[in-house]
This record gives sequence, C-alpha cells and structure tokens, in this order.
Amino acid sequence: MDFKLKALTKSLWVFHAACSPCNNCDIEILDLLTPRHDVERFGIVLVGSIRHADVLLVTGVPNYKTKERLKKLYSQTPQPCLVVAVGNCACGRIMFRESYNSPCNVDEIVPVSLYIPGCPPKPEAIIDGVVKLISKLKTKC
Amino acid sequence: MKGLFSYLIFPGFLFSAFIGLIAGWLDRKITARIQWRKGPPWYQNFLDILKLLGKETIIPEGTSALTFIFSPFFGFLSAVLATTILGRSIIFPREGFLGDLIVVLYLLMIPVISIIIGASASHNPLASLGASREMKMALGYELFFLFCVSVVIIKTNGAIQLGSIINHQMSFKSNIFSFSGFLAFLLLVLFYLPAKLGFVPFDAPEAEQEIIAGTMIEYSGLGLAIFKLTKAILLYTMPVLLIVLFLGKDLSALFLILKYLAILLTVIIIKNTNPRLRIDQVLRLFWGPVGILAFLAVILAGLGY
Repeated sequence: MDFKLKALTKSLWVFHAACSPCNNCDIEILDLLTPRHDVERFGIVLVGSIRHADVLLVTGVPNYKTKERLKKLYSQTPQPCLVVAVGNCACGRIMFRESYNSPCNVDEIVPVSLYIPGCPPKPEAIIDGVVKLISKLKTKC
Repeated sequence: MKGLFSYLIFPGFLFSAFIGLIAGWLDRKITARIQWRKGPPWYQNFLDILKLLGKETIIPEGTSALTFIFSPFFGFLSAVLATTILGRSIIFPREGFLGDLIVVLYLLMIPVISIIIGASASHNPLASLGASREMKMALGYELFFLFCVSVVIIKTNGAIQLGSIINHQMSFKSNIFSFSGFLAFLLLVLFYLPAKLGFVPFDAPEAEQEIIAGTMIEYSGLGLAIFKLTKAILLYTMPVLLIVLFLGKDLSALFLILKYLAILLTVIIIKNTNPRLRIDQVLRLFWGPVGILAFLAVILAGLGY
C-alpha cells in the first residue's frame, strides 16, 4: 500500500502547458472544468503555478521556443509528476511532422504517461484516458 | 501535559484542522453548487493535504533556504496557539489570563507576516508582488478590525479577557444587539473575514488569474501543505472569534455550530457573487468608507448605543 500514490490518484492538480496549440484542445479541456463534465468531482483542479502541479498537460506541437520551455517546466515540477499529451499534435505531430519549425515530438522532450489522441479529443475521451491512467497507477500501489 | 493535549488535540491542532478542512470542503461544494456543478467529495481537502505531504519540496535557486522552509511553520504554530486559547476560553471562561484577547489578536497577525516573509524569500517577482499586496491588505483591514474590537471592549466595560467578555454577554446580552455592536459585526463579516481568509473580493495577493498564485507561487509539497492547513485553521478560528466577541450569549454546541455555519455561508456567498477588487480599490475602501463606519461604531459605543 502506497498512501502517497493513492492520495495522488484522488487529487490530481493539473498545470496546462500550451505548446503552440491551435486552441481547440484547450477549449475541450476547459469544457472538462465547466458544469457539464465537472472534473472537480474527482479532485482534479487546474492550478496556476507549476510548483503545485501533479500533472503536466501538454497540447500542441512543440516548436524551437516551446521545446526549451517545456523541458524547463518539467524540471520545475515536484515529483511524482505525470505528463499527459492531449490531441493528435501532442501525441505525434501529425501534419506538422515535416514542418520547418517543429523539431521533435513531446515524448522526445519529457516522458509522457498518457496519450489522448483526437483532433480535438472529446471531453469524454479525456476523462476516459484519465480514468485509465488512474487505474494503472492504482495497480502500482 | 494538559496544555500539550489542548494544544495538539482538542481545541488545538487536530480539532481545528479537521473543522477547518471540512469548512473548506463546504466552501468548495457550495461554490460548485452555485455554479451548477457537482463538487468534490467531503474528504477532498484531507486528500489534498495528504498528497502535498507526499510530494517533493523544491527549494528554488537563490532563495534563503532557512527562511523559505521555516516561515510556513511560524504562521501555522501561532494560528494553532490562537485557536487553542480561543477554544479553551469558550470551554472554561474563567481560566483565561488577563489580556488574552490582545494575545490572540497578535497571534492571528503572525500567519499574514509568515506569508509575507515566505513570499519575499521565494526569489520570484510574482511572489514579491503578492507579498507587497498582502502587506497592503493587512494594513487596510487591521485598522478597522481594531476599531471594531475596541467597540466590544467598550461595550463590556473595558474587558480585555475573552472569558470575561463571554461572561458579560451571558449575564447581559450579546454585543450584536446594540447599534454599535451590530455595525461593527456587519463590517467584520462583510469586509474583514473575506480579506483575512483571502476570499474572492479581497484575494488580490493570491490572484490565480493575474499573478498565478502570488505569495504561494514557489511553494510545493510540505510548505504548501502547511500554508493550506494554516488557511484551514483560520477558516475555523476567525468566525469563532467573531462569535465570541459579538454573539457570546449562548455558546452551547448546537448554537455555536449554527452561528458558525451562518457566518461561513455569508462569507461563501459574498465570495461567489463578487468580482475581485484591485489592491488600490481595496485600500481606498478599507481606509475610506469602512474605516469611517468603524470609527463611527466606536463613537456610538462610547455614547452608550
């Protein structure tokens, strides 16, 4: 029994790192916090400071500037920290793969624990992904 | 031994933290219901604290580590001490010492100072912005708070002991049932409590949307947990202090809880129906109309109303 991990699964504080997204994923994420889906039921809240975060939520394709920022953000997060990539761009860069300003995937910069594909993914899909992540964490504790 | 018990367990740390965290959940739940959401389960705040205790504590580069780590504890310990004195004076009104009201007032000031020290030690521009706002906020609300407390002291014939304030109200009537007492109580509930607890119309020091988390920005893990616990304890202590000062006629458990819930509900509803004020507006409000009204309350109390 790992109480630390158990408490972590029930109170995930999310920091939203927008690595040059087109904002559709961000709108879907905001949808999660609003009355219809209300993820605060599960203790998931959005925090402003990276020091308070347990989850680094990445949207968009990292470019040369946000790549450095993302690396820095991950190093500033207190451990244990999970990284969630939301949207096709963050999962695998799709059509920006050959783009001149896209150096690498998100998972080449930080270790990603959960991929949620979709363009943009539905709020239900995001909740489903988070539930899968939590149940995977629970098997560890 | 008895002192240690009351400090650590019954009116002190465990009890007040428990009530405070439950009250914090009530705040989140009512906020959620007002926004037509479901809201978190009742044990959410306990889990948050537990989780924060298990997280890594990062000490940012360039800070003075000692100040950064220890400043949350100053505020926490003094808040617990104030709560203990207050709780004991409710249970045993005759056992207090002369001037414990003043001691409590000073002790309740220290959490704010600890936040200011911690934020200034954080080596972060947003944290120091938050610290300066916190300082201005404290300067703003302490003025009329002291006026309102002096109304109570005048009303109870110069008693500066919590026990004798309670006894005076028990043998005559609650301080709120007079013009000056009512005015002072109204000012404290509407303006002092939200400002002291960092609730929305007066949460400029911690404004999540503009200066991220302000004073808390660099704190993680243990330090953040201690600050959250201090907030929770104050959420229990401040309304109880107001009840002791103004509504001390009947302090049996049932009435105490009802009065506490009424004050808490008022503060939560104010929080959910008002936008945040800028820090200059806060200062102008507190030193202007509110300060003048509080002074008026003192004059009314002096004239016997």
